Amino acid sequence: MAFNSIADFFSMGGYGFYVWLSYCVSFLSLIILIINTINRKNKIIKMLNKRIARQQRIKNAPSREGIL
Amino acid sequence: MWKCLHPYAKPEKSYQLAGKLLPWFIIFSAITFIVGTVWGLLFAPADYQQGDSFRIIYIHVPAAMMAMAAYSSMAMAAFVALVWQIRLAEITVIATAPVGAVFTFIALFTGAAWGKPMWGAWWVWDARLTSELILLFIYLGIIALYNAFSDKVLAGRAASILTLVGVINLPIIHYSVVWWNTLHQGATISKFEKPSMAIEMLWPLIIMIIAFAAFLGTLMLMRFRNEILARESHRPWVLRLIETDDAQRLQKDK
Repeated sequence: MAFNSIADFFSMGGYGFYVWLSYCVSFLSLIILIINTINRKNKIIKMLNKRIARQQRIKNAPSREGIL
Repeated sequence: MWKCLHPYAKPEKSYQLAGKLLPWFIIFSAITFIVGTVWGLLFAPADYQQGDSFRIIYIHVPAAMMAMAAYSSMAMAAFVALVWQIRLAEITVIATAPVGAVFTFIALFTGAAWGKPMWGAWWVWDARLTSELILLFIYLGIIALYNAFSDKVLAGRAASILTLVGVINLPIIHYSVVWWNTLHQGATISKFEKPSMAIEMLWPLIIMIIAFAAFLGTLMLMRFRNEILARESHRPWVLRLIETDDAQRLQKDK
């Protein structure tokens, strides 16, 4: 291991701010990308479900021939 | 020889294949990310000149490499899409662009955070940095252009053309450190020469490069599947798929 103590590890030889900033921002952006991808999937599936429900309603609607 | 690939031009087949590959990609990228990060942050020795600040390399270099790799795969897909009119290739282009854009952003950001302590400046208008910034703008341009059209057939074609035009930037990024006198250092790893890096520092870097590649693959597969569903939303197979999924979920809930 390259560090002697936990405090040593967090200070990164005085470069802690830059190292942790880089790692945090990078992983955060990757996580946002994952969340965005999953959200988009859910949105598409919701849209498709709506379409299926609509088709079902059209199919089940009573015929209007007798009314007109 | 290429016959075995023909069925995969059908969106349904490709959707299923991507679904089968996805879990393996997820597991593989999770493992490599954890191993690479822990090794790079904890076990790699500090650099004799840069101290511990060099540990930024373990995200900076893989992100930059994979940003360019993502662009080259997009360019190949765009070529296939334009020449052979294969819609799935267009979908690949648009599925990859956001991932590449995020990788480029990471490369630029970590570069800035590394440049500040080492060069004394967050940003310099150096050839490598500037061409990488242009790559980010090209990525954003492709995404914006695709979203600007409501007709997705047209949108896909326009995005593919822009992708091919933007390829000119890739050799510029790669050779910028050779052609111009840049503040940015030259390549550390090259295919033909021995790497100019100690082996115990190189191993975590290689693992992180693989991790970013696997992550790129994972996100490409996920977004590829999303785009297929969105673009094929009027097809019976998509509706059937969603219906069976819903039925399975209902059974699970019971």
